[in-house]
Amino acid sequence: MAITEVERRRGQLAALSIAAVVIIVGVPLWWRTTETYRAWLPVSQIKDLAKLQLHLSADVEVVFALDGDLLVQFIILRLQNMKPARYETKYRTATIMEEDALKKPTAAEADLSLHMLSESPCGSLVVYVIPESSSLLPEDVNVYIGQRRTALVRISAQMRVGKTLEQLLAQLEPRIKQVLQVMSFSHTDITVALSDRVRFRPGNKESIADSMRAFKSSPGYEITFSLLNPDPKSHQLHWDIEGAVQTYIQPLLTKLSPLANFSIDSQTLYYTMLGVTPRFDSSLEAYTLNADSLAHVINPVEARLGSNAASSNPVLNFLLYVPDIRHSPLYIHDHRKQEVPSNAFHSPRWGGIMVYNVNGFYGSETEFPVHVNINMAKVMGVFLAQLRLLLGVQSLSPPPGFLVAPCGSTGLADWELDRLMWSRSVENIATATTTITSLAQLLDQIGNIVINDNIAQQVSSAVTSLQLAMAELEVGNLGFALQYSKEAILASEKAFFDPSLLHLLYFPDDQKFAIYIPLFLPMCVPILLSMLKIVSEVRPLKVQIGL
Amino acid sequence: ILSATVDAAADTQGTSAPETVVPSSVPQPKDDFQEELVIRPLHSGDIYASFQFRTLWDTDFMRENKVSHYRLFPKSLGQVISKFSVRELHISFTQGYWRTMQWGQPFIPSPPGAELWVWFQDSVTDVDATWKELTNVLSGIFCASLNFIDSTNTVQPSASFKPLGIGNVTDHSFLRYATLPREIVCTENLTPWKKLLPCGSKAGLAVLLKSEKLFHSSFHSQAVHIRSVCQDWQCKTTSWELRQTVNSVFDLHNSGQAKREWSLFKMFSRTLTEACPLASSSKLYIDITDNPQQFELSPATSLLSQAVVLGDRRTFSVYDLTQETTFGSVRSLNLLIRWKSNEGEMLRPLLHAERYVAGYGLQTGEIHTLMYNNHPYRSFPVLLLDSVPWYLRLYIHTLSVTSKGKDNKPSYIHYEPSKDRVKPHLLEMLIQLPPNSVTEVTVQFERALLKWTEYPPDPNHGFYVGSSVISSLVPSTVAMDTNSTRERPLFSSFFPCKEESSYFVRIYTEPLLVNLPTPDFSMPYNVICLTCTVVAVGYGSLYNLLTRSFQIEEPNPGLAKRIANVIRKMRGVPPL
Repeated sequence: MAITEVERRRGQLAALSIAAVVIIVGVPLWWRTTETYRAWLPVSQIKDLAKLQLHLSADVEVVFALDGDLLVQFIILRLQNMKPARYETKYRTATIMEEDALKKPTAAEADLSLHMLSESPCGSLVVYVIPESSSLLPEDVNVYIGQRRTALVRISAQMRVGKTLEQLLAQLEPRIKQVLQVMSFSHTDITVALSDRVRFRPGNKESIADSMRAFKSSPGYEITFSLLNPDPKSHQLHWDIEGAVQTYIQPLLTKLSPLANFSIDSQTLYYTMLGVTPRFDSSLEAYTLNADSLAHVINPVEARLGSNAASSNPVLNFLLYVPDIRHSPLYIHDHRKQEVPSNAFHSPRWGGIMVYNVNGFYGSETEFPVHVNINMAKVMGVFLAQLRLLLGVQSLSPPPGFLVAPCGSTGLADWELDRLMWSRSVENIATATTTITSLAQLLDQIGNIVINDNIAQQVSSAVTSLQLAMAELEVGNLGFALQYSKEAILASEKAFFDPSLLHLLYFPDDQKFAIYIPLFLPMCVPILLSMLKIVSEVRPLKVQIGL
Repeated sequence: ILSATVDAAADTQGTSAPETVVPSSVPQPKDDFQEELVIRPLHSGDIYASFQFRTLWDTDFMRENKVSHYRLFPKSLGQVISKFSVRELHISFTQGYWRTMQWGQPFIPSPPGAELWVWFQDSVTDVDATWKELTNVLSGIFCASLNFIDSTNTVQPSASFKPLGIGNVTDHSFLRYATLPREIVCTENLTPWKKLLPCGSKAGLAVLLKSEKLFHSSFHSQAVHIRSVCQDWQCKTTSWELRQTVNSVFDLHNSGQAKREWSLFKMFSRTLTEACPLASSSKLYIDITDNPQQFELSPATSLLSQAVVLGDRRTFSVYDLTQETTFGSVRSLNLLIRWKSNEGEMLRPLLHAERYVAGYGLQTGEIHTLMYNNHPYRSFPVLLLDSVPWYLRLYIHTLSVTSKGKDNKPSYIHYEPSKDRVKPHLLEMLIQLPPNSVTEVTVQFERALLKWTEYPPDPNHGFYVGSSVISSLVPSTVAMDTNSTRERPLFSSFFPCKEESSYFVRIYTEPLLVNLPTPDFSMPYNVICLTCTVVAVGYGSLYNLLTRSFQIEEPNPGLAKRIANVIRKMRGVPPL
């Protein structure tokens, strides 16, 4: 009997040691050889980012150029009633040089000489409060908004008389706030920029249209001017696009260069028809395109435009269409059946089309083809206006009593650029955050995706840039904020679209089981059974001992 | 998406200057477009039609400031040139094989499938990365599988592909050459190709390019060649040349109810009505050299032209489409050719080549390349280029070159061995072909076993090996025209000609189709199951042996004893 007991004990020990080997060596080995490499990602920081708490602040300097002894010291107040934005407002008196500058005959000259004195940094504003006696502004104008980052506010007589400083400031405040609404970011701007994240309040139709018209923020844009000549047999068109771009478009783009890189191309396309056959209007003796049919014009043309081979940036298309001789002249009619004076229309986030009629050249004995030199000033005026709209430069109507200086040769005032930079930084941050958050979510949900070190590095650099951009926005360094937000977008997109993320995406469970079962089932069943047997033998033994 | 909004608020900055017709102040365009169609009746009864469209543009793509304005030159190709700093780009898509022995030499040769070779500017630092990106972009432009070009099928030939344009470049590290012999060419490649033409397929000779007829042919090849050329004989100024070509061979003999006649309408189901209004020259050439009496042309033309092409002086009837009279009273040109007799002997091409795989089994094989020099008394050198994929492992020590039964020692051999899954074999040799001889190049190879994920779909079809390329200066019977800038028909001015006594020929052999050992693709799973079962059985018995407890058992009582015991039990008597 003792021999069988020893034998049984030996069997049990053997089973236990095999189980131990399987658990200590086999399981870790299997685990290590089948695990996917996943580099560490800053998940908690990404979660923090996803809340997207932005604090914007702009430096505003209010300078009192009031003669007399009303203000002798600096008073620094903070106006914190704007949400989520706030302005850092500083009050001081004008220096002697500034006072000299303000004595110039016209507001435009004063604006220029103030600009020469001190260049205010990107994103900041200077508001000069001038006495009512000043001759800088015309009678009915109280506020003058310059081409740079300055505004002149005229203080009215009754505001001054016998008031304390606090009362004066309290009266000045709404006026300054109005100025800031025009010249710096406003709540709607930021909402539009965050339109991907924030739902619009209903009824705000105008701003929806605005936000849908402008192109999404991107590190670069390709601008393509295309001359469509559907009838080269009758028309020989010449356009000095090179000169026109230099004269009209390039100054604006140079001004916008901190925002994005722009590249300009032009091409001439022949035998390109519009997708709609224009209707003949006998009362006008002309062909007309109705506003309803304009939507169908673009698609067939676009097939000929060709995609941009050199980059993946969004393309802004500007088409100049010269109607063929059988459909000439051609006019665009709006919804009220009125002729559109510019004879042009634009398509949101796509570009603009202008119809250029050359029927004035047809005479009774004209020899075909007609040589036509296109008036580029007329064309570029329309395209420039469309370009401003498509890039999101909003031309809002100023409140009454405001005079906005006409933008000079650049076509864009400094404060307009600032407005654009505010909303683009916010938009970039929102986009990059969305990209990074969804990437983190995806990687979290699908455990089989390999995360290489380069992706982890891109993600961390995107997160760092985002944090920096938000910090810079908070202290009002607009230029740096935009720079960092651009870097964040680039890094996040690079990480998101990395091809290595796709490699092991498809690794279904049924295949795993098909491979594991033939080996693991026959190996594990005996081990489990003998374990059960040992347990069932040990238990009654324990019970006996306990008794 | 296209909810167009009428933009009425567009401000017009410029004053509306009076628009006047000022032809005198119109700047002379710096670009020029020509189109040309050559039709050559072949001795086999087929018709060879060769379209060439050439756009010349006097511009500099490599300028610092990237603003570029395109008129006749397609924007997409211009952007490719400037972005990737391309010096020269040649791309061709071919369906079918050019039968040199029956058809003679084509004006522009091309191998079956897709071929791409590019010279980059010296300023390119990372040529391989640029090449990879370029192939991806081109595959998008031409809707082709050029994105399958990678390091495993790209080579850097050292001598065979010299730039065809200006520039004496010797550093072949800026050259990349790749072929995809398996590429199928069809309508989706023709449509983007036609889009590059200034007139599209709306006017001019391109109206004939209808895919339903074009792809119903024995041979179809379309190509784009970009290079820079001299503008004048001193070569002070250069301009970019874009040549778009279509070469087709129509088998009208079989489809024409045994009547030997054809017309433009029969071939293309279209007739010509006008030239492209943007073209400075638009011509239709009919090759009537072989026997003017053999066929009759209608409408007849009095315009004849002679050109030296491929070492032969040919006579052509010319139809100038820019002249109104060409179209006659019906305003349409439907050219008709009627054969009168079948006689006439074709001049045998001086150089042709063929290639095949020999051997049996799935382990080893031998590639044979035969090159024929049909010149009666002149010998000339040829450059042979072979690019063989890595999965055919060449035994380069078995390389042998024999002509007329004797060993022919190549004067130049450039061999780059392959690297598995990284790069192909490259073999270039300069071989002197003796007169009136066949030179045979053989090399043995071993077939590699691929990983099971590396097989293409339908692996039993076999694996293609691209054509060998044979480039040569063949002695000419007539004096060649060496003046490259003189006004010549487009078909005779593609390959630059340096000397009068010889002309450049490039010949492509057949691509090879090689079977590799192909596994049963359910094999991995079967192997897993089988091994697992074997392991499990072995392990099971081992486990049993180890864990079972052994004990001595009483010997078994005999059968009679057991039966007796059962009976005794029934009777209530104690067992035995």
